[in-house]
Amino acid sequence: MSATNYISAFCRISSGKVNVNHSIMFADENEESSAAFIKSVYKHYQINYPKFYKMDKLCQLAFVTSELLLKDNKITEKYSKEDIAIVVSNSNSSLEIDTEHQKTISDKENYFPSPANFVYTLPNILIGEIAIRNLIKGENTFFIFDKFDAQFTADYVNSLLNSGKAESCIAGWVDYYEGSYDGFLYTVEKTPGVLGIEHTTEQLNNLYK
Amino acid sequence: MEELINKLKGEIIEQLNLEDVKKEDIDNDAPLFGEGLGLDSIDALELIVLLEKNYGIKVANPADGKKIFQSIRTMAQYIQDNKK
Amino acid sequence: MKSEIFIIADNIISPLGFTSEENFQHLKKMETGIKSVSGRSLSAEPVCAAVINDDKITSEFDKLNIKDQYTRLEKLFILSIADTLKQAPAVKANSSKTLIILSSTKGNIDLLGSANNNGFDKKRLTLWETGNVITKHFGNPNKALIVSNACISGVLAMIIGKRLLEQGVYENIIVSGGDILTHFVVSGFQSFKAVSNEVCKPYDASRDGISLGEACGTVILTNNSALRSPDSILIKGGASSNDANHISGPSRTGDGLSLAIEKTLHEANLKPSEIDFISGHGTATPYNDEMESQALTASELQNVPMNSLKSYFGHTLGAAGIIESIAGIHSIKNNTLIGTYNFKELGVTKPINIIKETKTQKLNNCLKTAAGFGGCNAAILFSKN
Repeated sequence: MSATNYISAFCRISSGKVNVNHSIMFADENEESSAAFIKSVYKHYQINYPKFYKMDKLCQLAFVTSELLLKDNKITEKYSKEDIAIVVSNSNSSLEIDTEHQKTISDKENYFPSPANFVYTLPNILIGEIAIRNLIKGENTFFIFDKFDAQFTADYVNSLLNSGKAESCIAGWVDYYEGSYDGFLYTVEKTPGVLGIEHTTEQLNNLYK
Repeated sequence: MEELINKLKGEIIEQLNLEDVKKEDIDNDAPLFGEGLGLDSIDALELIVLLEKNYGIKVANPADGKKIFQSIRTMAQYIQDNKK
Repeated sequence: MKSEIFIIADNIISPLGFTSEENFQHLKKMETGIKSVSGRSLSAEPVCAAVINDDKITSEFDKLNIKDQYTRLEKLFILSIADTLKQAPAVKANSSKTLIILSSTKGNIDLLGSANNNGFDKKRLTLWETGNVITKHFGNPNKALIVSNACISGVLAMIIGKRLLEQGVYENIIVSGGDILTHFVVSGFQSFKAVSNEVCKPYDASRDGISLGEACGTVILTNNSALRSPDSILIKGGASSNDANHISGPSRTGDGLSLAIEKTLHEANLKPSEIDFISGHGTATPYNDEMESQALTASELQNVPMNSLKSYFGHTLGAAGIIESIAGIHSIKNNTLIGTYNFKELGVTKPINIIKETKTQKLNNCLKTAAGFGGCNAAILFSKN
């Protein structure tokens, strides 16, 4: 009864590597910190988006991952912006920047909460950043799981496409906390696209190892 | 005044994470918002934090920011007039 | 043929009471839960907010005779869910056919500001662990689904509950939304210069910012028609969207919210003229309320009676969508439109129809809308059975 949907492309940024559709595009294992690595990816690909520097680290990771995912896979030109969904999850929500915000309010003598930090203390802001960059207006949801839940993600995103609530979806997992980072975003379409991997729990688990 | 303007430029670049911007890129009289530096409403709130943190000046009404943050020069002038 | 999804039990915990009924009685009389709060370490200066009395939480929780240690938010989730299960004894929390969905923006964020996480394990800071704690308490075998999508979380969690029930994997879904008020949240909104010094004034000409609040609300959704009663409320449609405009400022045109509304009405197969009333987002910030007036007008809903309950509950973030929906459901059941507390004179550019005083009127269809940081919008449609 359910139609087949496809993972048409993916991008994974983790452990000092950028993997786009199974090709290691960029690796720098000497980068001393995760934040510096994400920045070096941004610079390497000469992405020109000054707002990048204003984002918290979680959003920077999500942003760069989405940029490389969509670089040669222009779903935004293929579908109406209202029909593209974004469904992302992670484990640590926005705890990295939450901790920063907490620091700025803990000392009464040095009390300067920053609005630019506070706005990032919600995990779905990363969906907002991707939406703004690509003018995507469809369904958007942020879930929290202990670890990437391939089954739920596959089932939920497939149901969005099969019920006509979206024609395409950017889905995945973007987590950043205490220096460890993992960005994994992929596009789902009703046609095979570049990769043509069936969007099933099993295939998703193979891809996200 | 010129000294304050120069110092302020450095502080703004730092506070607003304008990583690709250098002090000399900022014109003393050019508008801070809209075109130019491309600052937005969150940046305006951050500049209010900057005034309080670095100069002890409290801006109670964020609408006042519009006038204060017209340009680097108006901001420096405001600091000079209100600094304790 | 999609199965119909309906709501068979609900609970609101707020400063206005620990049951939906108690809350609705106060709303009917237009009594607000917001007051000036000082000395609860929320803020250096007194702040207008809707805060639940700590002693009341403790005394209600003690009645449950529970030995384990729970955080303030977890206690609210447990109390709220337990009250709904009492209303729907046929729903078994320990069944694999029952799923729990939690909606929250900040979870146990109070632990971050306390010494040593208040004695709790550090992972208690994560929402998935809160999910584990709640499912374990109710003996539910499924992993809780956690929705954390800013201020549309509650509405979105119900929409997702509806969609999952339509797929038939589950029979009953308990959707609970909660957020507590903390120094963390208050200081952040204050740094945004977004907090009013008085009780907020939704859609009013003199509105000048939000009032914050804390609350927890729960609904039980089912696709099992055997559990349906004349009192059950149908969920006929729901959708989310993004403005793609700015992470903290809503779209000026309201096109994102309008899109969510139109998708919702399409799914519900209803025309704008068939909507009897709208429970708006109405945070009372200048931009949000203006955006809503634009969106509703674009969706041809400008004449439909509309309220905001933010001046009763404050903005309760992850709970807002759920408790305001429940109030809307009780409005339908009681054929009673709740007036918007503190609303005097319309202060948005499009002439929307804000309800001033509580009044009775025959009601069938209620549209609930929400908008949040990150440019997100959502709408959901409730109908009389």
